[in-house]
Amino acid sequence: MTTTPLLRVEGLTKTFRIYHLDSALHAFEDVSFDLHEGEFLLLRGHNGAGKSTLLRTIWRSYLPVGGHVWYRSGHGEIDLANAADVDISLLRREEIGFVTQFLNARPRVAAQDIVAEPLRLAGIAQDEALDQARHWLDQFGVRPELWRAYPSTFSGGEQQKVNLARALILPQRLLLLDEPTASLDAGAREALVRRLSDLKAHGVAIIGVFHHPGDVAALIDREINLNTKVVADQLTKEEDHVAL
Amino acid sequence: MSLDLTPAALEREAPRLMRARPLLTMNNISRSFGDVRALRDVDATVYPGEVMGIVGESGSGKSTLLRMMNLEDTPDTGDYRLRLPDREDGNLFDLTRYQRRMLCARHIGIVYQNPHLGLLMRQSSSGNVAERLLIAGERSFDVLRARAREALDASEFPLERMDARPIELSGGMQQRVQLAKAIALEPALLLLDEPTTGLDVSVQALVLDTLKRLQRDRKITMVLVSHDLGVIRTMADRVMVMRHGQVVEQGLADQIFQDPQHPYTQQLVHAKL
Ligand SMILES: Nc1ncnc2c1ncn2[C@@H]1O[C@H](COP(=O)(O)OP(=O)(O)O)[C@@H](O)[C@H]1O
Ligand SMILES: Nc1ncnc2c1ncn2[C@@H]1O[C@H](COP(=O)(O)OP(=O)(O)O)[C@@H](O)[C@H]1O
Ligand SMILES: [Mg+2]
Ligand SMILES: [Mg+2]
Repeated sequence: MTTTPLLRVEGLTKTFRIYHLDSALHAFEDVSFDLHEGEFLLLRGHNGAGKSTLLRTIWRSYLPVGGHVWYRSGHGEIDLANAADVDISLLRREEIGFVTQFLNARPRVAAQDIVAEPLRLAGIAQDEALDQARHWLDQFGVRPELWRAYPSTFSGGEQQKVNLARALILPQRLLLLDEPTASLDAGAREALVRRLSDLKAHGVAIIGVFHHPGDVAALIDREINLNTKVVADQLTKEEDHVAL
Repeated sequence: MSLDLTPAALEREAPRLMRARPLLTMNNISRSFGDVRALRDVDATVYPGEVMGIVGESGSGKSTLLRMMNLEDTPDTGDYRLRLPDREDGNLFDLTRYQRRMLCARHIGIVYQNPHLGLLMRQSSSGNVAERLLIAGERSFDVLRARAREALDASEFPLERMDARPIELSGGMQQRVQLAKAIALEPALLLLDEPTTGLDVSVQALVLDTLKRLQRDRKITMVLVSHDLGVIRTMADRVMVMRHGQVVEQGLADQIFQDPQHPYTQQLVHAKL
């Protein structure tokens, strides 16, 4: 591909310094890859290989100790590894999404309002935003009688559905997914894959960790194995993929 | 080639994406009380619409810093700027006592841990809120009452008790009256000094809940001081960690909690887990 990548990760290194043990834990070192618009990158590696840490370092809840994360934002190019907190906040609001297994439930906010909020923040009228929110809750299989309830009391799977509906309701430019299917039933998993496929077709770049990568096999363009740090192009390395 | 050093040009050059400029900027704030160095060279920046949490053990200088933000005290060194629509930029510590009072009444709300500092305990709750509006020049009784009522309602204070005196109310309700008074004039900046410390845990959760709703619905910029990491975690977008009058670390709230960089912050976070 000849276009400028949306994301260029260069020599990214993350070490945790743990003072009370007077020790350092090397999560990953010198990771590099490019990601273009509409590309889907799968992160692989055994437990503890650093997959979640890599996603959180790009998201900047973890601070890298070296390297760069060049990101072509709608406001200009920026190195997420060194950007000011205030810029990171802005990009999280506008362009970069992160879905984990945990719902960020807020007190006394109904499921449909949680899901509609990104649309409201983007200036979409309340009725229209709620219509879309209900559509996505329905797609992910959240029962209508729960739409007006507070998700803090929902089951893990239901919370995860609300989480996904909210995270995916607006196309972001870059989407980070950390095992989003962990507590989902088959129906919701299919809905998720359909939505991701749509977003990808709209140019959203996606980096994901999946418990069952088979679910998203059709979407994967490239993958990186954090055990070896080998970046593989999915089209040419089909056999490696099978072997893993 | 001549260098363009106008503020507009500097802003274009700044290595930042964000167009918004800080609402609050404090630089090099130091303050000693006798031998106690309560604040040592503290810088603070708060952006519009965010909740800045200030956390640190008792005596670390949090309240002293907040009192500076409320112009109740003047540091030995340092300057303080607020970007307000109707004022010129300038160091607020240069203002006279009267100018400070007017500026605070109009643009800054504060809630103290101790309601005696914020309220007249023997005046009605609605009267406490209305007093704030009076300072700003409102004179019509009907308007005063309506606006006090609205502010109390937004603070989720039970309106049937709006004429009760704070001294007759529970701690949680007193904090709601303080809050109503603080937000009555839709301040640019809301300062909260341990607003829920000392309340029962369940009451504390309800008051925090109200604050979260206010923040979400009105996008009020808040600076929240607490020694309680749990309170900071539920509320703050960004966090400053203070120790011995200094800021030892600041960052996005999730970074401070998930990947604390300073040994002191690690100790705080681990003690809480
Ligand atoms: N916040 C943290 N503080 C200290 N160590 C961490 C933190 N997060 C992750 N780690 C460590 O980093 C390593 C990589 O973990 P992780 O990224 O969660 O692996 P994976 O997601 O691939 O299973 C592990 O050894 C883990 O214990
Ligand atoms: N008016 C004052 N006179 C003397 N000492 C003070 C005064 N205000 C604060 N201090 C001292 O400054 C230090 C910081 O206090 P404070 O800002 O109240 O801490 P915090 O709010 O973090 O508990 C403490 O040692 C306190 O005793
Ligand atoms: Mg993981
Ligand atoms: Mg204090």
